[in-house]
Amino acid sequence: MPEQQEIVREFLLESNENLDRLDQDIVELERRPDDKNLIAGIFRTVHTIKGTCGFLGFGRLERVAHQLENILSRLRSGDRQLTPELAALVLRGIDSIREILTAIESTGTEGSGDYDELIHILETAFSEEKAVRQAGPAPRSEPEKNGSAAETAIRVDVVLLDKLMNLVGELVLARNQVLQFNMQNEDGVLNATSQRLDLITTELQESVMKTRMQPIGVVWNKLPRLVRDVAYSCGKQIELEMEGSETELDKTIIEAIKDPLTHLVRNCCSHGIETPTERVRRGKTPAGTVSLRAYHEGGQVNIEISDDGGGIDVALLKQKALEKGLIKAEQAERMTEREGLHLIFLAGLSTARAVTNVCGRGVGMDVVRSNIERIGGVVEVLSRLTAGTTIKLKIPLTLAIIPGLVVTSGGERFVIPQASLLELIRLDGDTAAKIEYVHGTPVCRRRGKLLPIAFLNEVLKLRSHGEAARNIVVLQAEDHQFGLVVDGIKDTQEIVVKPLGKQLKGLAVYAGATIMGDGRVALILDVPGIGEKAAVMDNHREQSRNETQTAAQTLADCERLLLFRAGTFTRVAVPLAVVARLEEFPRSALERAGGRYVVQYRGGILPVLALSSVLEPDTPGEGQVLDPVPVIVFADGARGLGVMVDEIVDIVEEPVQVRERGDRHGLLGSGIVGKLVTDFLDVRAVIESTSRTWLHQGRTGDAPAVLLAEPSPFVRGVLRCELEISGYRVIEAASAAEAMERLRKHKPAVVLAALDLPPQGCAALHDEMRRDPDLAVIPTVGLAASREEAERQRGTLDDCQMKADCSAMLASIQRLAAAVAHPAPVERPVERPAERKDV
Amino acid sequence: MTASGFGTQFSTFSVGEQFFGIDVLRVQEVLRYQEMTRIPLAPAVTAGLINLRGQIVTTIDMRRRLGLVERPPEQAPMNMVVRTDEGPVSLLVDEIGDVLQPDGGAFEPPPDSLPQSMRELIHGVYKLKDRLLLVLNSEKVLDVSEFLQSRE
Repeated sequence: MPEQQEIVREFLLESNENLDRLDQDIVELERRPDDKNLIAGIFRTVHTIKGTCGFLGFGRLERVAHQLENILSRLRSGDRQLTPELAALVLRGIDSIREILTAIESTGTEGSGDYDELIHILETAFSEEKAVRQAGPAPRSEPEKNGSAAETAIRVDVVLLDKLMNLVGELVLARNQVLQFNMQNEDGVLNATSQRLDLITTELQESVMKTRMQPIGVVWNKLPRLVRDVAYSCGKQIELEMEGSETELDKTIIEAIKDPLTHLVRNCCSHGIETPTERVRRGKTPAGTVSLRAYHEGGQVNIEISDDGGGIDVALLKQKALEKGLIKAEQAERMTEREGLHLIFLAGLSTARAVTNVCGRGVGMDVVRSNIERIGGVVEVLSRLTAGTTIKLKIPLTLAIIPGLVVTSGGERFVIPQASLLELIRLDGDTAAKIEYVHGTPVCRRRGKLLPIAFLNEVLKLRSHGEAARNIVVLQAEDHQFGLVVDGIKDTQEIVVKPLGKQLKGLAVYAGATIMGDGRVALILDVPGIGEKAAVMDNHREQSRNETQTAAQTLADCERLLLFRAGTFTRVAVPLAVVARLEEFPRSALERAGGRYVVQYRGGILPVLALSSVLEPDTPGEGQVLDPVPVIVFADGARGLGVMVDEIVDIVEEPVQVRERGDRHGLLGSGIVGKLVTDFLDVRAVIESTSRTWLHQGRTGDAPAVLLAEPSPFVRGVLRCELEISGYRVIEAASAAEAMERLRKHKPAVVLAALDLPPQGCAALHDEMRRDPDLAVIPTVGLAASREEAERQRGTLDDCQMKADCSAMLASIQRLAAAVAHPAPVERPVERPAERKDV
Repeated sequence: MTASGFGTQFSTFSVGEQFFGIDVLRVQEVLRYQEMTRIPLAPAVTAGLINLRGQIVTTIDMRRRLGLVERPPEQAPMNMVVRTDEGPVSLLVDEIGDVLQPDGGAFEPPPDSLPQSMRELIHGVYKLKDRLLLVLNSEKVLDVSEFLQSRE
C-alpha cells in the first residue's frame, strides 16, 4: 500500500522532529516547572503522536504515548509538580517512543522491544492518587498553532533541492553563454532579453540557495538533552546557554558540523566543567555554564562553544604528548602557547585521567578538526587555565557556491577557493618580489618575512610553460601560510562546487570540480591538500638536498666550472674538465653543411650547434648569431663539437650545491654556484642531439667499458659525461647489488665505485668481486669525496681517486685497464683542457 | 542477476581487438568524444573529466584499464556512460556496437588460463557466431583504487 507507506513516512518525519523538540522542552521544564505554556506544548506533542499512531495501528507505541500523555496531563492541570525523577521518567518514555519509531522506520514494524514494564511504571507514577482520579480526559486541544505553519510550508525532499540546485547551476552556465554571445551582437531585443535573463537567473539562484538554508538551531536542539545526560552521569551541574540559534547555514554544512559540534559540547561538559565541589573550591558557582553562540561575520558563520571550566592545561598536554611520543622534547620547549593548545588536535591524545563512556579515548578532536576543515572551516582554541575554554569554528555559509580565483598552471585551469586566499604577488622581472633560495628551498620575501613557496606545476607534476609572467598566490592552510606560484591569474568567479567521483577519492589536492563559463570542467584546489603535498615535496627536497649535499661535498674541493649564458638561460655551468677549448669565431666563418653549421677548425671540420636549439627547441632564435660568436669546443680533432653560446661568463672553482635534478632536456639539474642558481649542462645530451653516433664513432665494438657505481644520479651524470667523452662505454649502477648484476653481465674493464656505495660501501663490493673468479681480475677504483679520504683508502683498493679530480681518475682507469689483459683502452692522451684556455 | 541468464541484453563496444558487452540496463547513454579536463596526479586510467549536462563525470580509458596499447591520437574514442550508485562514470572505448541478446547457452565463465588481473574484469564469455563477446564486470572495471595506491 504505497499510500499508507507515504503516510507512515510523513508520520516518522514529523514525530522525530517533535521528539527532538520534546527533549529540549523537558530540560527547560526542569528549570521552569511552572511554565504552563511549556507543559501545554509538551502535552500537545505527545498527544499528536499518540493520536496518529493509533490511527496507523501501532498499538504498543500508542500505549506508551498514552501513559506519557496521562502524566503530562496531570502536570498540566497543576496536580503535580515536575520532580527530577518524574522528568527522568518522562525522558525515558520519550526514548522508548524514539526506539519504536526507529524500528518502524527500518523494519516497518514496532520491533520486538518489551515496553510492558515501562508502561507499568508510567502507569503507577502517581499510584497513590490513581484511585482518586483516572487519567484526565484528553481535551481535544485547541486548533494547533502548527496548523497555520502547515498551510505556508511544505516538506520537500533534499534530493529534489539538490537537483534544483544543479539545474540552477546549469542555467547560470547557459546564461553566461548567452551573455557572451550578446556582447558580440548589437541586437537591441536580444540585449534587453538577456539582461532580464541575467537578473532572473541571479534571483533564482539566490532563492534556491535559500531553500537549502536551515537554522543552526536544528543541530542545537539535541544539545540540551546531551548536556543534561553528561552532567547527570558525571555528577556535575551544567547550564547550557544558546545564542543565535536562528543563524542559517546550508543544509550540507549543518549535516557536516552536527557531529563535531556534539563532540565539542560533550568535551566541554566532561573535560571542561569541574565538579561542583572543585568549582566551589575555586570560588566559582557550583553550576558551570556551557554557552553556544552563532553569528554571521563576513560571509562566514562563526560558532563559539565556551565553558567556564578548568581550561586546558598546556603543560599537561605537552607532557602527555611527550609520553606518547607524539612530539619531541625540544619541540615542546619551543612551542608557543597557541601551538601547545593545538596539541589537543593530535590523534591519540587525551588528558582525561580515566576512560569513561563519554571521554578519555583520545579520539575526537583530530576528527573534529578534519571534519571542519573538510567543509572549508577553521577551528581555533582559546583557553585560560582555571578560567575556561572557548573553541571557535569559522564555517562557510554554503558549500554549494563559493567564490574562487581562477588560475592557470602548466596550460591547465584551476580554481582556488577565495576563503584560503590572502593576497597576490606579481613576479615581474624588475619589481622587488622575486623567488630566492634558502639552501635549495624556494622562498619569497613578504613584508620582511620569508614565505615558503611551492610551484603549482611541480606539485601537480605538470609541464612548465616557459617563463610566463608568474604570480604568487599567497594562501592560508591551517596554521601555515605559503605562496603558490602559478603561470597566470584569470579572475574571480562564483563557482558551483561539484564533487569528484569515487575513482578520484584519495587525491587530496582537489576539493572538487566546477564547470566554467565555456562549459569545460576545471578542478578546484584543496589548499590544505596542496600545502601538504608541497610539504611532502619539501621532504623530497630534503632528500635531494641530502643527496646533493653529498654531491656538493664530493664535487666540492676543486671542481672547476665554466659559466656561460645562452638564450634565456643566464647561468649555465659545465665542468671545465670536459671542455677542450674556448674559441671565438667570426660569424663569416660559420658555414652550412649538411643542414647544420660547421666551421673549419684546425684543418678539420667542426660541427657547431646553437645551444638554444637544444635547450629551447620551441623558440626560433638561431638567427641572431653574435659576431664574433663564442664557442665552447668539446673534445677536439675529428670528433669535436662546438657549442655556440651568448657569452662566457666566468670560470669558477668552488663547492657546488646541487638542488635537484631537472627534467629539461639538455640539463642535468640546477645548483648554487657563487650564491646564484645555476643550471648544469648535460653535455652528453647536447652531443647526442647533434649526432647519435658521435660518441661511438670508430670505436663501437672495442670501446672499453667502465662500470660506474655511485648512488647520486647527479654525480653519475657528471662522471658519465666525462668518461664517455674520453672514449669509454659507461655502465651505471646505483647500489652494490645492481653493480654485481651488471658486472656479471657486461664484464667491464674497470669498476669505479663510490666509497659510500650503498649498502656497505665500496670495500664490500670489492670483496664480493674478489670471491667471484670471473670478476676477481677487474680492478676497482674507489671514488672519494675528499683528497684525504682518497689517500686513506688507496691501499685497500686498486686505486682511489677524488670524484672531482677527473683527469687523475681517467689516468688511473687507463693505467689499470692497460695493466689487466682486457681490451686495450683507446690510445688517446687525456688532456687537461683547463690548462689550455685559449680565450 | 547473473550475467549468464538468458535474455540479458548487452550494449556492446570494442576496445582494441576485443569485443565487450555491458548489461544494457546499466548503460545510461553513449556520447561522441567530449573535450576532457585532465586530472594531474590522478591514476593514468582516469583519462579526465567531462561535463555531462552539468554533472561532472570521470572518464576511464578502457585501453589503459585493460593494459592495451594507447589509442592512436587520430582515433577519437567514444564515451559509454555507465550508471553506478555514486553517479555516472564514462568508459572511453574505441567503437560502439549494437545491442545484442545472446543465447544463454553460449555463455562460459572466463577460461582458467586467463591471467587473474583480466579474469576479475569479466564475468564470462559468450560465443557468438563470428566472435567472442566478453561480459564486462563493470563494478570491477570502475574500481581503480589499486591504481591510486600504486602511485604513492
